[in-house]
Amino acid sequence: MSAQSRREIWIAATVALVLLGVMPALNAWVPESSFFFISNFTINVWGKYLAYGILAISVDLLWGYTGLLSLGQALFFSLGGYMLGMHLMLMIGKLGQYKSDLPDFLVFLGHTYLPAFWRPFYSLTFAAVMVFLLPMTISAVFGLLAFRSRIKGVYFSILTQALTYGASLMFFRNDMLMGGNNGFTDFKFMLGSDLRSAATQRVLYIFTGIVLLGVYFGCRWLTRTKFGLVQRAIRDSETRVLFSGYSAVQYKLFVFVISAAIAAVGGALYVAQVGIINPSEMTPDKSLEAVVWVAVGGRGTLVGPIVGAVLVNALKSWATHAIPDLWLILLGSLFLVVVLFLPKGIISIPSVLLDFYKRRIKRPEPAEPTPVTTSSAL
Amino acid sequence: MSQHLFQLAAEGVSKSFDGFKAINDLNFYLEAGELRTVIGPNGAGKTTFLDLITGRTQPDSGKIEFEGKHDLSALSEHEIYRLGIGRKFQTPTVYTDHTVLENLVLSLAGSRSVWRSLFFKLNRSQRERTEEILTTINLTEHRDRKAGTLAHGQKQWLEIGMLLAQEAKLLLVDEPAAGMTDEETARTAELLLSLAGKHTIVVIEHDMVFVRQISKDRKVTVLHQGSVLCEGPVDRVQADPKVIEVYLGRKHVR
Repeated sequence: MSAQSRREIWIAATVALVLLGVMPALNAWVPESSFFFISNFTINVWGKYLAYGILAISVDLLWGYTGLLSLGQALFFSLGGYMLGMHLMLMIGKLGQYKSDLPDFLVFLGHTYLPAFWRPFYSLTFAAVMVFLLPMTISAVFGLLAFRSRIKGVYFSILTQALTYGASLMFFRNDMLMGGNNGFTDFKFMLGSDLRSAATQRVLYIFTGIVLLGVYFGCRWLTRTKFGLVQRAIRDSETRVLFSGYSAVQYKLFVFVISAAIAAVGGALYVAQVGIINPSEMTPDKSLEAVVWVAVGGRGTLVGPIVGAVLVNALKSWATHAIPDLWLILLGSLFLVVVLFLPKGIISIPSVLLDFYKRRIKRPEPAEPTPVTTSSAL
Repeated sequence: MSQHLFQLAAEGVSKSFDGFKAINDLNFYLEAGELRTVIGPNGAGKTTFLDLITGRTQPDSGKIEFEGKHDLSALSEHEIYRLGIGRKFQTPTVYTDHTVLENLVLSLAGSRSVWRSLFFKLNRSQRERTEEILTTINLTEHRDRKAGTLAHGQKQWLEIGMLLAQEAKLLLVDEPAAGMTDEETARTAELLLSLAGKHTIVVIEHDMVFVRQISKDRKVTVLHQGSVLCEGPVDRVQADPKVIEVYLGRKHVR
């Protein structure tokens, strides 16, 4: 193991310890009056950030590593959320507004019995399987059609954007029986625990952190295999990859499906913690937001997307109540600054400063030939 | 005539783009182990011919057979590659963001399946093979450098090395000496000559000095307007009045 990757693991372990050990402990065992107390609200908000971190990794696996700018990741994120949401809706039981076994929106629409496709969702296991199965199937079919037709670059982005937009229009319809524009909300229980209690939220938060860590190390492994080599080769020179005997279609399809699964897990964890999912989560601008997190954090790295997702969303949480009118301008400016001055994102700041120091202040021996890195923009 | 088995046989191949006949009723036969040089003025259809062999475009008519049994016009790029046909592009196309060694590893013969790529480990014979190729192409000390930082000539050699790693039976080499210094050109010629016999090689070239270096008394094919103008040893080809006419005023043919 190289010194660099050992350092990386150390940093990851420290951050994980703080987020998954220290923060929940301060929430659970420190009295509320204490300076060190971390509120339930904070834990909940961080749980959301970490779920977004999972989504960001899925975007980067496609965009940063394979050169596929997918604007459809919000769809897979939302589908994951909807699949778990269906189970959570059924778990509300008679505690809803209409005191019926049916989810409120179905009663409102005049249904007297549960539609057949809802029934298996009484089982959490089934819902959990569907969290993976549905997004993976849709991404496999869509990916196969798109990649076989050699749809690339900006056309791929446009098509994925259309896919998620089309799906959101479909979910907005009441006769889809998926809650229409209100979506699912007002969840009460999961595995018999009250979702509104601090303890349940804490467990969900820790679980999200563990999943994020697993996704991080899984992707770290994936990108270092020969698969990872082929993946980056497709990003840099797809034609050459074909002439090296690889079927780019199969490789792209594999990574597209894996990314869909990762986004879906993030979505399911998001819904359990945020407590609401509706079709506006699968509109193209949600996908674009995730792209901005990745660009801001650092594309083509695995830490970057997580850092970007947390930072941009923390900034959003602050800005949308401190300066709500200026938030979008702030986000746009941040994106511009990063693209213009920090093409490798925030996590490249240390190395940029170090370079600057070496060049301007130390004026050392002639600089080494700078490695040419090709950036494939789309 | 008895059925002679050619490594590559193209018969009556035509291909036009928007009415322009890039390849026009082309017949081309290649023996196994041959080192064949293809020359011709700009627009003669040299690169299009390689595109047809490697499946990048499909012929309008005619057939291209590999080893007498594979019809190349029905196969896609990666399938043709897997038959053992490797191509070096006109401009060096190596994976710039990968190291020299990674470039070779990506090209090594073997499974191309997604599943295998996940659990791939370089075994001993493959390691030895990459070392051997690094020595052949003279890049041993640059193995861990990013290919994008190599000099132009080194990139060209790396790309030839990638064809060797693939264990290609047929190497298609498009203008290997373009943009090289004289010394690099000589080394490239040496490299190609050392590979002739073990591999069947088609070299497309403009530079007649280089053509003389590699062809010696081997066969040279002159393409013109998409079909073969004449074939033969380099001296005869250069003395041919038809060839002189085609090349009239071009400084390459001296």
